Amino acid sequence: MKLTDSEQAMLDGREGAARQKAMQLLVRYAEALGAERFVETTNVAGVPGTSNPFLESYYLEAGDRYDVVYSRFDLDSDEVVEVPRITVNSCHLQGGIDPENWQTLGAKPEQLRISQAGEKSAANHGIKILKTCTPYLVGNVPARGEHCAWMESSAVVYCNSVLAARTNTEGRESTSAAMLTGRIPDWGFHQDSYRLATHRIDVEIPVESVMDWGMLGYYAGDMVGERIPVLVGKYGQPDLVRHKHFGAAAASSGGVEMYHVVGVTPEAPSLESALGGRVPRETHRYGKAEQRRIYEILNARGKDPNVDFVMLGCPHHSLDQIKEVCRLLGGKRISANCRLWIFTSRAVRAVADREGYSKLIRDAGGVLLTDTCSAIGQTVPPGTKVVALDSAKQTHYLPAIMGIEAWFGTTQDCINAALTGRWNGVAP
Amino acid sequence: MNPTTIVLHGRKVVGGCAEGEALVTTQTISGWGGVNPMIGTVIETRHELRGQSFKDKVLVFPGAKGSSGWSAVFHMTRLANAAPKALVFNEMTTKIALGAVVMRIPSITDLDRDPLEVIETGDWVKVDADRGIVEIRKAAARSSRAETSAAV
Repeated sequence: MKLTDSEQAMLDGREGAARQKAMQLLVRYAEALGAERFVETTNVAGVPGTSNPFLESYYLEAGDRYDVVYSRFDLDSDEVVEVPRITVNSCHLQGGIDPENWQTLGAKPEQLRISQAGEKSAANHGIKILKTCTPYLVGNVPARGEHCAWMESSAVVYCNSVLAARTNTEGRESTSAAMLTGRIPDWGFHQDSYRLATHRIDVEIPVESVMDWGMLGYYAGDMVGERIPVLVGKYGQPDLVRHKHFGAAAASSGGVEMYHVVGVTPEAPSLESALGGRVPRETHRYGKAEQRRIYEILNARGKDPNVDFVMLGCPHHSLDQIKEVCRLLGGKRISANCRLWIFTSRAVRAVADREGYSKLIRDAGGVLLTDTCSAIGQTVPPGTKVVALDSAKQTHYLPAIMGIEAWFGTTQDCINAALTGRWNGVAP
Repeated sequence: MNPTTIVLHGRKVVGGCAEGEALVTTQTISGWGGVNPMIGTVIETRHELRGQSFKDKVLVFPGAKGSSGWSAVFHMTRLANAAPKALVFNEMTTKIALGAVVMRIPSITDLDRDPLEVIETGDWVKVDADRGIVEIRKAAARSSRAETSAAV
């Protein structure tokens, strides 16, 4: 590792014990990667110091609880150090609980207490409490080329692909260390050559709706794994929400951290430039049969047409999506046999409250929730057997985590299911 | 050295030396949402290892995929005493690098032969990460030797 003078000073402990522990972890991490230096990062998104009942019972050391968890878990330190105020631009991503509707989520008072204590400590340390998987929807929009250190695979892929800022998929420990040091290994997506497409996907059918983009993303991840796809072909101009669903899906079925869409994403003005003049390692065709296969995979855990739970907001719904839900609800009430949970960020919720959308959803029998989602919070309404989802990512995770059946379709399919208690989605 | 031992050479990711029975998959593994960290089992719906535990095994796999919670979930396996003994993998990513670091287990990548082709579940594998060496004793060879000695 080549360290600058200020990095060496942190490693030597001249900037305090916490920065020393953080730098020690980052050096171990960089050496594991085979990185030779660090980049300076000016935008860090993680879950610093977040605790849970397991960690609370595991780390029994005396002292400030935030320092204990941050030191022992986040910095993987064998001793507890005092965490100073964070000076690097840093935000907290989603958490496990909605502090206003925690009882709806079935959370225990102990979980709320741990969550609120952690949030207060993080805020006191200068960390912005965005509590969302979509920081880019609520004001954290990195500039092109900015070196970031982000967690949350769906945000990472958006950051690289749509914003052309630069981040690897960082983890909890590396982001917490980056918040203290402003450093992250110079590896992967921080380097120009790593960002080039490796696999080509020819899109041979029209891809239009949010569901279409979600399925295409799921296909892309399935085909390329951790590589970088470039899409060519029959697609319109995807908007923010379509990118959000495409990227989240590709990062779930595979490990896609960046994609190119020729003529759309900023680093793909042409196929040749996205590929850096190289020949793609593989070329895949996405046609009707492939779309059908993905639809069947996503609906493989749907058997019972009686839907008792509809969950929207993965990744967190935008204001436009909430508005669309209200339009689809059309002033009607949802089925007495069904629950409707819609997840978003606090900031979007605040606007939705003022614009009356939260009330429209409540009047229909649903609830607009913040900070978390069913998969992250590992929570569904009591007795849930069958869920309907409009997110390929949530469909990938939730049935496995909660042991329930799942249907995947359009937002309209999901709202219809909420209104009637029946799944009537059809394959595209 | 025993003639049935196969030796692979690679690059140290995390140092140390450990040995154990191999658990091999040709599929990448999700951490968060793909693993139960308290008992070290794979839970992902379509995964070929679904329901199987990697606790105290040498995990041989292509690499990590999925959520950025990979390192934190595998970190939890260490705290819950459900971590693998060592990692042997092909594809370097930030998820697996950080996960290996915080699990503090010997880990090797960039091997001179594809470990997924050489190592089978049940083989006895020694990972000497400091020297960049993976030694494999084939389960088949071990059992046939056992049969031979039984016949004698």
